[in-house]
Amino acid sequence: MTTMFDKLWQDHVVAGKPGEPQLLYIDLQLIHEVTSPQAFEGLRMNHRKVRRPDLTFGTMDHDVPTENIFNIQDTIAKAQIDTLEKNCKEFGITLAKIGDSRQGIVHVVGPERGLTQPGKTIVCGDSHTSTHGAFGALAFGIGTSEVEHVMATQTIWQTKPKAMGVHVTGKLPHNVFPKDIIMGLIGKYGVAFGQGYAMEFFGDTIDDMSMEGRMTICNMCIEGGSKTGMVAPDAKTYDYVAGREYAPKDMAKAIAYWKKYKTDDISDFDKVIEFDVSELAPMITWGTNPGMATSVREPLPAVEDADDQKAYDYIGLHPGMTASEIPLDYIFIGSCTNGRYEDLKVAAEFMKGKHIAPNITAWVVPGSRAVRNRCMDEGIAQTFIDAGCEWREPGCSACLAMNPDKVPAGKHCASTSNRNFEGRQGAGARTHLASPAMVAAAAVAGHFVDISQAVTA
Amino acid sequence: MEAFTTETSKAIVIPNDDIDTDILIPKQFLKNILRTGFGINAFYPWRYHEDGSQVEDFPLNQKAHQGATILITGNNFGCGSSREHAVWALTDYGFRAVIAGGFSDIFFMNATKNGLLPIILPEADRAILRECQADEEVTIDLEQQVVKFRDHAFHFDINATWKEKFLKGQDDISLTEQYEAQIKAYEAKRPVFD
Ligand code: SF4
Repeated sequence: MTTMFDKLWQDHVVAGKPGEPQLLYIDLQLIHEVTSPQAFEGLRMNHRKVRRPDLTFGTMDHDVPTENIFNIQDTIAKAQIDTLEKNCKEFGITLAKIGDSRQGIVHVVGPERGLTQPGKTIVCGDSHTSTHGAFGALAFGIGTSEVEHVMATQTIWQTKPKAMGVHVTGKLPHNVFPKDIIMGLIGKYGVAFGQGYAMEFFGDTIDDMSMEGRMTICNMCIEGGSKTGMVAPDAKTYDYVAGREYAPKDMAKAIAYWKKYKTDDISDFDKVIEFDVSELAPMITWGTNPGMATSVREPLPAVEDADDQKAYDYIGLHPGMTASEIPLDYIFIGSCTNGRYEDLKVAAEFMKGKHIAPNITAWVVPGSRAVRNRCMDEGIAQTFIDAGCEWREPGCSACLAMNPDKVPAGKHCASTSNRNFEGRQGAGARTHLASPAMVAAAAVAGHFVDISQAVTA
Repeated sequence: MEAFTTETSKAIVIPNDDIDTDILIPKQFLKNILRTGFGINAFYPWRYHEDGSQVEDFPLNQKAHQGATILITGNNFGCGSSREHAVWALTDYGFRAVIAGGFSDIFFMNATKNGLLPIILPEADRAILRECQADEEVTIDLEQQVVKFRDHAFHFDINATWKEKFLKGQDDISLTEQYEAQIKAYEAKRPVFD
């Protein structure tokens, strides 16, 4: 009897014994402009080729400006983007470049193109690669030397982590979302509880959840210390994949094969944690890591150690304040955590017929060109524009502020992204993570509100 | 990769837990397309004031600590993004080993690819190492798997494969290329649904 993770792992072992580093075959490598140049440089230096360009797909996301995507002012960013284009051409890799209808954040693009499928091993030089685990894939972020190694050999050496089952149960309360679940988990168990484990999320709450919600949860398992998280594939998964550009031509055969990817018995996990969502409240972060999270209903927590004090000093708040007292200046809706169609749709519901508060600057950044187009076709974009938000081009944007989208020092930003580290959204910027609905409602009110108590949307 | 056998050096102590990759090398420095030149910006947010001047009492800036190649730190070191630039920042500064209570998995793997030896020691051992003064030295003996300081010798565990790689300074890709037959055989039986 084994876990889904064991099966995924075992099916990809090329060499090596259990208990030692094993050589795993990689079914898909996604690349982007920031973590690939040194890998290509390494290949060239050693006269190596990309072994399987057909199992490699590139796009551009981290550096791209979202105000005018076709006019890159930053010459170093431009050099990285041009380098990726040149490298993909030279090594024969498909690239969704700026302007391409498939361009976007790499973790939004993979699933959207049907590249992300159950049973695959998927890597990318980006820690949020765990997102793809939502399809029942074994997906994890790697460093640039590993990117080069996968390019050259289509394999990677890994030591097998243990398996943790995260049993999520209960019905989500009104206006509480998958983002709140993963924030609640990390708030409760800390930023390292998953270290050394592959997580599988399961239970009735996960069964009822959309693919996009599952992606949000798997996306942030890295913030709980686990580099890979996954959900067993089911009918929703198959429906999502079917018909997409890179979906299997023989879906019936694929589904028959994918069905084995499930955990046989709960007792197969090395560890199981339980999480009941039926009393969960909307979550926000008050500090400088995702574990510094609290329910919007609670006062900000007391200082327990030096790290808490350091966080409070940075963020300019103090224990006992209420969430609504956090003086927000910016809101950011986007990123690979919450920049998908469903996220933007929910956020728009909270802005429909309303206007953002005068103290707020609002950036809405779709996760991909396809998300952007769909939101424009369905009037979702117009709702944001009418509410006074800036409606942008697809990219990582203010999630990491490597591009022109930076929150100024000292300013507070309610953000749907995944990291609230010091300086993440700009030097000195103060980030508060929350769900798209929470962020949209905060934009309208000018401060955080407990949307689970609200009657609207 | 440069081989790692023993290393004797001054040490720098930065005891914080959860030092993330945005501290090790903030993203404004990730746009380089080479692997070098990152050391000057290692620990940037803690090492420099907003105007770019140095934070004088930060260890990496202190004259007495120059030349140190061993970093002693807290738990969950290198958490956050997968950027290998965090490792390059440390190696480019001159570090050859990091002694921590634990590492994020991705940082750990990146370190092993770049000759930066990640050593895990329990809190009790690190508490003693934290006493290391600017004029004292720490010795790491990888063959013996010990960290020596004053008259202490702390044993550490390391996976045999990584140990071998460090001792010999081997490049991963050439190692893997020896498995070509197995990779080909795997490719021949991979499921495809076209
Ligand atoms: S959106 Fe943010 S977390 Fe996601 S890939 Fe881009 S920078 Fe990384």
